[in-house]
Amino acid sequence: MMETPAPPRGDHAQMEERHALDQWVMTTRLADYVAWGRKNSLWPMPMGLACCAIELMAMVAPRYDVARFGAEALRFSPRQADLMIVAGTVTKKMAPAVKRIFDQMPEPKWVISMGACASSGGMFRSYPVVQGVDEIIPVDVYIPGCPPRPEALIEGIMQVQRLVQERARAGRGTDPPGRRTPASAGT
Amino acid sequence: MPVVGRPVQRPGRPGLLEKTYIPSILKGMWITLRHMIRPKVTMRYPEETWRLPENYRGLPALVRDEESRVKCVACFLCEYVCPPKAIHIEAQEITTGVEKGPRIFDINMLRCIMCGYCEEVCPEQAIFLTKEYKTVGLSREQMIFPKDKLLAMGGTRPDPIKKWARLTRAQEEVRGSAGAGQGAPR
Repeated sequence: MMETPAPPRGDHAQMEERHALDQWVMTTRLADYVAWGRKNSLWPMPMGLACCAIELMAMVAPRYDVARFGAEALRFSPRQADLMIVAGTVTKKMAPAVKRIFDQMPEPKWVISMGACASSGGMFRSYPVVQGVDEIIPVDVYIPGCPPRPEALIEGIMQVQRLVQERARAGRGTDPPGRRTPASAGT
Repeated sequence: MPVVGRPVQRPGRPGLLEKTYIPSILKGMWITLRHMIRPKVTMRYPEETWRLPENYRGLPALVRDEESRVKCVACFLCEYVCPPKAIHIEAQEITTGVEKGPRIFDINMLRCIMCGYCEEVCPEQAIFLTKEYKTVGLSREQMIFPKDKLLAMGGTRPDPIKKWARLTRAQEEVRGSAGAGQGAPR
């Protein structure tokens, strides 16, 4: 006579079933999945121009071991890299080469400006030095320090990883080249 | 003229054992094995951190004294001595007693090279280098730290000299004893 089961029990059973499935199946969006792959296999282009490059090398060495973040494959060919780490003083003479190497990197690509010199010119307030590499290429993450510790650079790479994920969430893998205007000069 | 030193000779032809490559392979494998059983050197950074030495020079910050006064008196010495000119100060008169204070105190952390000259030159011991070394920024504007942020970073440092309290007391005594015609007690 009591044929109809209680609705709460039915819902509960359904929830149990879904819960059991969740243990084995994970759903995501394609953009998130691609970003997950990208952010855990960043291949840096070591644009080592001065003493910051020593700390860059220390970051790759066993003590700090950036392989734990999947970014140990430093590519000396820009065609194979997607993260440019500008480490050191960018002189006006070197600037065209930096710009060209950045342009040769395939999209999507990110830039870390490492240290005082690359970020703002640092103590070299003089005519042969570019006052911040963001005057020629778009920079995603700035790291202060002279030079920064390898931990700070790891912190920067983790920030880039977050950016990769966030931009995938926002529906743009990386900003189109037209919109990525370099920051204005000054300070 | 006598020849100093002896030139190195090329190695001779490899023997039968060398030609099998077995000694070389074993040698290489021994090196790999030795590295496997060695103690690990990697510091797992975000979880583990390095113990910084006492005199580590990180990002600079402003400090307050015990009575939460801003110690800086805007003397512009740090702005003057700063090699990359990372510090920007604008002064104002302050009501808390004797001298002036900073209205604006900006440090461009992307210019700063953590040399410690500002700490060394400061007559009020108002600016210190913290042990902060993990900061990263997303824009240049974000990395110009204003006064409030610098004070929050620096926190409180006790002032053993208590110059402010002494000068304020002296000023009050001068005001109080002006009618009696006495000079200010030193």
